[in-house]
Amino acid sequence: MSAIKVSNLCKHFNELTAVDGLSFSVNEGDVYGFLGQNGAGKSTTIRMLLTLIEPSDGEIEIFGLNLHSHRKEILRKTGAVIERPDLYKYLTAFENISLFAQMSGIRLSRKELMDRLEQVGLSERAHGKVNTFSLGMKQRLGISIALVNDPQLVVLDEPANGLDPQGIADIRNLILHLSNHEGRTVLVSSHLLSEIELIANRMLIIDHGKKMVEGSVQELFKTPEMIVEFQAVNADKAMTIISESSWQKFFSKRQEDTLTFKLDRKDIPALNNYFVEKEIGVLSIRPVHSLENYFLSLTSSAQHVEAFKN
Amino acid sequence: MWKLLKIELFKIFKRPRTYISFGAIAAMILIIQLGLKFDGKSYLQLLMSGISDSFYVPYDMILNGYLVAFVILNTLLIQVPLLIALVAGDAVAGEANMGTLRLLVTKPVSRTELMLAKFFASVVYTVLLLIWMALLALCLSMLFFGTNDMLVVRNDVMEQISRNDVLWRYIAAFGYASVALSTVAALAFFLSVFAENSIGPIVSTISIVVVLTILSEMKIPLYDDTVKPYLFTSHMLAWKGFFYSKANGNGQAIAGSVENMPAILRSLGVLLAYMIAFVTSAIIVFRRKDILS
Repeated sequence: MSAIKVSNLCKHFNELTAVDGLSFSVNEGDVYGFLGQNGAGKSTTIRMLLTLIEPSDGEIEIFGLNLHSHRKEILRKTGAVIERPDLYKYLTAFENISLFAQMSGIRLSRKELMDRLEQVGLSERAHGKVNTFSLGMKQRLGISIALVNDPQLVVLDEPANGLDPQGIADIRNLILHLSNHEGRTVLVSSHLLSEIELIANRMLIIDHGKKMVEGSVQELFKTPEMIVEFQAVNADKAMTIISESSWQKFFSKRQEDTLTFKLDRKDIPALNNYFVEKEIGVLSIRPVHSLENYFLSLTSSAQHVEAFKN
Repeated sequence: MWKLLKIELFKIFKRPRTYISFGAIAAMILIIQLGLKFDGKSYLQLLMSGISDSFYVPYDMILNGYLVAFVILNTLLIQVPLLIALVAGDAVAGEANMGTLRLLVTKPVSRTELMLAKFFASVVYTVLLLIWMALLALCLSMLFFGTNDMLVVRNDVMEQISRNDVLWRYIAAFGYASVALSTVAALAFFLSVFAENSIGPIVSTISIVVVLTILSEMKIPLYDDTVKPYLFTSHMLAWKGFFYSKANGNGQAIAGSVENMPAILRSLGVLLAYMIAFVTSAIIVFRRKDILS
């Protein structure tokens, strides 16, 4: 059964079309990666899923119920962290979680609330004001608040934003725990594409508000065409030889002594043989499987390349 | 709804800046009381300059707790809207600014319930501020200056209200003032829906109240019937009507009477109509609003 089913979703802000006929579905138990460059429409879509933004057109079903007509019922089973973990800075961690538990219609004892804070490693700072917390601590508190009502669906919009490597690893482990051990459905958006690659079982890539590709992460990476980096001893000579050969059409870019090709997996040995025949020393061959390059392979736009380099 | 109201009140009274208003009111009242305690006679001479030439004025008797409270109310009820706007103007815009609005709206409560809880929390704050003001202005003045018959000066005419006939008038006046100030809270609350920073709605509320008050007080005949009756600011000071009593054949005030109760009720109706219009509009706008903060 689909946890989320989105059909032909559109959102217009005056002349700007932020989301354009988007359709996708998230299965129960999925860790669903939601990818796209900045401004692609990810946050707008997530805000529509959480009733923060009213769609211009289209339908959203969550747990088989129409979001518009069953809003409260759906939100009772949903938890979310949207972009920054903004909380009441003048309140303590305990007061924040207690307040949002009440708003979610949950009655939890003091001990239960402290247990929730313990789960994210904040029990010792439970009575510290949030304005004294680091970003990582705020993010953990935000996640604890999102989970306070034991939601079946957890929506995390850019949860790793601004976190240090340890914080990012903690979030990754938490998401995997929520899915593998607690059976929750997780929708996670991120611009740290390598993170999605590590945690998601299904994913959606959007661009300019439109769906580019959706499917299982494993299957999407099984595409025969892949990106391969050849590091050559004499890159200038290698460039000349390639430009005069039929391999030219597979050439993608050059960065110092590394030549990047977009080609079929089975053609890698043939290209290597060609370099050997032409007496070009190959120092290394590195097939690049990262989601980032997969995304780049879907778009030839220089704008995208620059966006993801930043 | 009650649960949401409790949450909103908890948030308001956990913020240190909420207490600025209570501190400011206490400071202003104490300053006025001290001034009148040490130089009240000069103040009364100035106030009654038109009458004291014709009549003997017993200043010591007149300067009692009831009159001091009246002076304080008359002075402060013009400034208090600023303090009300500080909280009511922050109700939605402040949450948007902090980024907590998006978290609130993703909780299983309707936007209408959320808005009503926020508005009623602003009203509770307003009423508590007035109770605080009443305690300091009335009770403390009664303690410092004692009680006696109250003298009210209106259009160079002195009216005397028996000391036994005063207290209920104050209760009614504070009740009326709480409606008047809740109307200001409703205006600030309405403007708060459009902003993502509370400074905008606070400054806008004060500007609107100041401009409309000037318009209400201007002596331009053209505006008297065409504009003034429809401005809420023209009705905000109608609480004074509770201190104007009917007179008997001997020109003495009739205990328990109010000179023009229908006018007070009409003003109350105008304020309530404005309040309902502001809050309803705020809810309608907020229900349709895309939360982008």
